[in-house]
Amino acid sequence: MNAIRVLAAPEPALPNVQSFGHDPLWITIIKAVAIFVFLLLSVMYGVWMERKLISRMQHRYGPNRAGKFGLLQSIADALKMGFKEDLYPSKVDRFLYAIAPVILVVPAFMAFSVIPFGPTVSMFGEQTPLQLTDLPIAVLFVLAMASIGVYGIVLAGWSSRSPYAVLGGLRSSAQVVSYEIAMGLSFVGVFLFAGTLSTSEIVAKQASGGTWEVLGLSIPMPSWYVVMLIPSFLIYAITMLGETNRVPFDLPEGEGELVGGYQTEYSSSLKFALIQMGEYVNVFVVSAVSITLFFGGWRAPWPISLWEGANVGYWPLLWFFIKLVLVFGGFIWVRASMPRIRYDQLMAFGWKVLIPLNLAWIMLVATVRAFRIEGADRTALFTIAALVVVGCLVLFFRFDTVLQRRRETRAEELKQEFELLEEQPAAGGHPVPPLDLPHYHGADRKEISSGIH
Amino acid sequence: MGGYFGSYALVVVLFAIGAVVVAAALFANRMLRPSRPTPEKLTSYECGVDPVGEGWAQSQVRYYVFTYLYVVFAVDAVFLFPWATVYAAPGFGMTTLVEMFLFLGFIALGILYAWRKRVLAWT
Repeated sequence: MNAIRVLAAPEPALPNVQSFGHDPLWITIIKAVAIFVFLLLSVMYGVWMERKLISRMQHRYGPNRAGKFGLLQSIADALKMGFKEDLYPSKVDRFLYAIAPVILVVPAFMAFSVIPFGPTVSMFGEQTPLQLTDLPIAVLFVLAMASIGVYGIVLAGWSSRSPYAVLGGLRSSAQVVSYEIAMGLSFVGVFLFAGTLSTSEIVAKQASGGTWEVLGLSIPMPSWYVVMLIPSFLIYAITMLGETNRVPFDLPEGEGELVGGYQTEYSSSLKFALIQMGEYVNVFVVSAVSITLFFGGWRAPWPISLWEGANVGYWPLLWFFIKLVLVFGGFIWVRASMPRIRYDQLMAFGWKVLIPLNLAWIMLVATVRAFRIEGADRTALFTIAALVVVGCLVLFFRFDTVLQRRRETRAEELKQEFELLEEQPAAGGHPVPPLDLPHYHGADRKEISSGIH
Repeated sequence: MGGYFGSYALVVVLFAIGAVVVAAALFANRMLRPSRPTPEKLTSYECGVDPVGEGWAQSQVRYYVFTYLYVVFAVDAVFLFPWATVYAAPGFGMTTLVEMFLFLGFIALGILYAWRKRVLAWT
């Protein structure tokens, strides 16, 4: 233990919960407006980046007509949507139909109020943290805002009074029901390490992980929670795709099945633009939360953090922005490479895999962390740790054997069915042609043309 | 804006700004956009053919049992948050850990029971 030594006290300017709520009103307004402008620009250029990147991944050019590299494409789209005729289809519930996009987009903006962008800086002579506000329950607040946004989706689907839209809304609530708990549980590991729910303090706790002295060299240890809590992070990464309805969990708007899903009746008007904006801001919110909780927040990554001025002043805005772009790029990469998964599989995955795994992992982390409490009973702790590990293994092997047995029975059944079908092709109840029907004779035979072309 | 509720007041401020911006955008849009509705434009979209029925399709919510479980487990998960923040603090020792393990055990048992009863499958 002597080799690992905690670094010197953190820089004096680190904000904590107590540093908020003292700003003059005009600073608050500047920060709130800055968040709004940042998010609006991020949505515009997020759309552009997504279209451009996914195009390159699919060997296409993507938008390249409006402005250099298509950079003005999103502005053109926004202008078009702002001036376009807006229809209220005759069947819709007019009030809910109009209010649903607002319910979707406003909480998404509000969740950004607790995201830390940087340390305490001097803004026009006032010392203020680069974060609008912080609450003792900040992360819980983000979770709450994320669930309120889903009301927007469900109400949009319900008030449209179209079968596609209703199904889209139902699927969206199914996703929340299955992924919200796993998301909350994956935060618990972070709280165990950080000991607080306040976002600014979680970032401060990731300032230094100590150093590791070996052969006279002092190697800085990773201080980001993504390293120590990699299972928590992986589960969070899956649930953040699910919470924001992104591929491979984009069932609420699966265009092959449900036309546009819950947004079918919002015909490319400003309301549609608001829905799109809400979705993208939600993506940025979950990305920003993943950066804050797992990737050290606004703190510079290792090689840069050796530079004295890396975590001082306005530089952290740049690190935060780079991390945001990278995480968002991950979203796009996933979208380019994954197929959409089925709806009942999604729910089963959330309940049967993510939640039990998360519970076991929390127990393990809690036990390991308890070793570092002064005066803890080591023997009892070892017993508990052993019990947890053995219990998890027993459960895992039990389920594994049951599943294996089930799989073997199923394979056996399938094999019998195939044998039966080979003998009597019509046995399954359907008049099917035999499986070995000769129709293709291989590439070396001459192909007989139909004579039409 | 000081005190404990000062930070919450800021959240309300952001909510107000958000609501005002969105409302202003919708209002400006209403003033600027053309509006020439025809009965054909106002039909709901069902892939080009005339819409069938009233508009609301009856559909079976196959996961309604999940939603009961969701309410229970969401509350349970939130109980873990305060525990996770204090359990390493002085004064909370092994007892806190063991208590929470019993609690987590009950949660896990609940999931296992639901699983065994085949609630976690589509009906």
